[in-house]
Amino acid sequence: MLYREAGDFKTSYVADSQTFPIKFDRFGYYAILAIAFLGIPLVINDYWANSIVVPFLIYTIAALGLNILIGYCGQLSLGTGAFMAVGAYGSYKLMTAFPELNIIFVIIAAGVITAGVGVLFGLPSLRIKGFYLAVATLAAQFFLIWLFTRQAWFYNYSPTGMISAPTREVFGFPVTGPRASAVSMYMICLCFLVASAWLARNLTRGTLGRQWMAIRDMDIAAEIIGVNPLMAKLTAFAVSSFLIGISGALLFTVYLGAAEAGEAFGIDKSFLVLFMVIIGGLGSIFGAFAGAAFLIVGPVMLKLLLVNTLGWPTDLAAHLEIMIIGALILVFLIVEPHGIAALWRTIKEKLRLWPFPY
Amino acid sequence: MPDNLLFAMEATLNGLTAGVMYALVALGFVLIFKASGIFNFAQGVMALFAALTLVGLQSGQVPFAHLINAIFGTRIHHFGWNMPTLLAIPATVLVMIGLAILVERFILKHLVNQEPIILFMATIGLAYLLEGVGDIMWGAEVKALDVGLPKGMSGAVDDLTFGWFGYGFYIDRLELWAAGIAAILVASLTIFSQYTKQGRALRAVADDHQAALSVGISLRFIWVLTWSIAGIVALVAGIMWGSKSGVQFSLSLIALKALPVLILGGFTSIPGAIVGGLIIGVGEKLFDFYMQPIIGGATENWFAYMLALVFLLFRPQGLFGERIIERV
Amino acid sequence: MLDTQSDEGYITADGRKIGGVAMEMRNITLRFGGVVAIKDISFDIRWGEIRAIIGPNGAGKSSMLNVISGFYHPQEGEVIYKGYKRPKMKPYQVARQGIARTFQNIALFEGMSVLDNIMTGRMHHMKANMLQQALWWGRASREEDENREQVEKIIDFLEIQHIRKTPVARLPYGLKKRVELARALAAEPSILLLDEPMAGMNVEEKEDMCRFILDVNDEFGTTTVLIEHDMGVVMDLSDRVVVMDYGKKIGDGTPDEVRGNEDVIRAYLGVSHD
Repeated sequence: MLYREAGDFKTSYVADSQTFPIKFDRFGYYAILAIAFLGIPLVINDYWANSIVVPFLIYTIAALGLNILIGYCGQLSLGTGAFMAVGAYGSYKLMTAFPELNIIFVIIAAGVITAGVGVLFGLPSLRIKGFYLAVATLAAQFFLIWLFTRQAWFYNYSPTGMISAPTREVFGFPVTGPRASAVSMYMICLCFLVASAWLARNLTRGTLGRQWMAIRDMDIAAEIIGVNPLMAKLTAFAVSSFLIGISGALLFTVYLGAAEAGEAFGIDKSFLVLFMVIIGGLGSIFGAFAGAAFLIVGPVMLKLLLVNTLGWPTDLAAHLEIMIIGALILVFLIVEPHGIAALWRTIKEKLRLWPFPY
Repeated sequence: MPDNLLFAMEATLNGLTAGVMYALVALGFVLIFKASGIFNFAQGVMALFAALTLVGLQSGQVPFAHLINAIFGTRIHHFGWNMPTLLAIPATVLVMIGLAILVERFILKHLVNQEPIILFMATIGLAYLLEGVGDIMWGAEVKALDVGLPKGMSGAVDDLTFGWFGYGFYIDRLELWAAGIAAILVASLTIFSQYTKQGRALRAVADDHQAALSVGISLRFIWVLTWSIAGIVALVAGIMWGSKSGVQFSLSLIALKALPVLILGGFTSIPGAIVGGLIIGVGEKLFDFYMQPIIGGATENWFAYMLALVFLLFRPQGLFGERIIERV
Repeated sequence: MLDTQSDEGYITADGRKIGGVAMEMRNITLRFGGVVAIKDISFDIRWGEIRAIIGPNGAGKSSMLNVISGFYHPQEGEVIYKGYKRPKMKPYQVARQGIARTFQNIALFEGMSVLDNIMTGRMHHMKANMLQQALWWGRASREEDENREQVEKIIDFLEIQHIRKTPVARLPYGLKKRVELARALAAEPSILLLDEPMAGMNVEEKEDMCRFILDVNDEFGTTTVLIEHDMGVVMDLSDRVVVMDYGKKIGDGTPDEVRGNEDVIRAYLGVSHD
């Protein structure tokens, strides 16, 4: 009864096209922001930050990025892992080359570098489509990982072949390195996520976003009515890679602290983020959040249940997890190709009419 | 003859035999793609699953023993008998046919008329599902697979090349066998699709689903048929790879190698899959041989994809594929 | 200026004044491999007129439209637009020059709402750069609002207010055709190409569509080129008609002239070729 649009009249097109047209949603959104920025920092501890919250924030950024490419522009990519690696190694090289540079700028710059690499590997998308493009992005995946593991310049000739993040501070609080506290890790990731989501939302609701969707829905018709496919696809690759690069940079600098490309950014990462996008919902900003939450929280819960409670061996739990994820992908693609976001939308539509359905 | 050239020739030969393996996996892809327009990412995992099942049956493992033990606290693992290979292979074939039926019943049927990109992602899901099931059913540890194929250095090749060049090439006998079996497989598949009623139906479905339906071909039967054949091809590939380097997870990764093979050969061409496999096999060995001193090793990881990428840019339909015509 | 023959146009039967030559097709020949789809066809399109292209199935009408919109590039001949020879350009560049079109098999963006589809048609009127759009700042939000207003006018004009926010995939066929027209109109085109705008419609829907086409021409003075099978509709709507058969032009003139043309009658009624 609370959830309805009746009586909430829009008198301008600005009001009509806002992100949350329904009052209840708007308040909910502000409430969530308030809790995220003011509430959670008070209660967060190392366990929650490390096992769920920080990875959720970081992977959501990656899922947002990939969703722009696949969900909005219809270009399939299996190179997410490698693009995250570009962000990670980019931030590492910048941090070590310019120790004075603020970490925030380092991460943004890493995103820009990744955007450049993304555009480069996005060029084939002008000639090829669908899973052909997927193979082209696989080339990026394997080539870049090879580059980062075999060419010593990228890991500063460290004998282990690993890169590790030195301590950097924001407003005097260390956010990277071993001294970083749970709260500061959480806050920097949250800020980047909120900014990314806002950016993604703005881009997808404007003329650029419509051009992406036009290419996704019917590329030839889009070109004939005036969409420049080169521009549309490459901007999608650029924005998508930018966000994925930021996510990779955060994953390495803030969360992992040390990484090796093959281990941390292998093809399984590409699939993980792809699955987040599918389960969350293709072509939906909310879907990126939902998908990341599902695939970060789900496995933790499953492990808690099977290993800690039932005492099953960890490898069995891991296999079961793989199996369940695979099955879920199939179920979602068959039942609801637009994922959790579409389920959520259906619930809201029902709610609008509740309790009087006519 | 200079040593360098000899080594290069040996690398080429090794590449050819590796290429046969790639081609075998790619063949499974082509079959399914032709009949259902689905790019089956799970083909590699199917090979793994088939090999796991074969080993499991041979050694009399109890399926899902691990799971059962975890739930009921039992300690079962083997039935205590060994199934002869000649019995285990047909049994595995039955399992693969069963799998094809399940795939059709629970997945394909519900995804008719979906976009190719959705179908592709569905097969990625299937790959994960199957991998998980395989691991839970038979355990994830590396297993040796022996179906009685000869292994070790081929003395004949060694003698022959020693006679020619004064340097004996090393070739595994297993790989020679694999090449032979692949040839037989391709020949029989060609005969099947050209000269049998089911083969014609299969080609009709590949051409136009609705038209095939309207002349009374059962789409569902054809799908089960192709997935069964692809399952059998996966079994053959699984046996070959498994005998060579043990049955383990990495086996499913050959599916990834098959992708560039298909780009080169074209998605719809059986000879294309073979030639593409050979080109990739030889290409990556030679590239690694010549480039290792300059840019470092392990270029096999990406060479095939980069080659495919170059191909995609200049000849998107592959060497033997049908030309893509766009319309509004 | 290549074109020197731009005369002053003519007055139609119902008293509308038609302007000079907007676009001229000169000796267009289009081949696909060995198949000749269009054989040496020339005709012109004048400002403000409704120009129909008719002909039996496979006559090459849609190919002709695809040549005009730059999707096919003819092997021979040239397209003169606004007095200049048009160089070989990509379809989106042609669209940018003010040529909008609809498609024979509806080509709407199924995943988007009606409003978004029509807004896509206005993309050339939106110049905000990527950064402005990302920050939704300055030009980006202002343009969105201004263009929304223009789009709402078209929505009102075509009477589709009630489905504004509906996803296109949920619409019935007739409405989809109307949305497609709206998308083309949103571009404020100089020349509007309509590929069988009335195919598969019932009488009522056809009447509506006819009214819209005439109203568009009346209100905005949009030059319209349309392909249509329904002879009655074509003869009523159009000012001049090009008749094609087997890739050749067999007639060109006002509906009355064309109706009396021997070749046209033969192509349509199938008088035996001797």
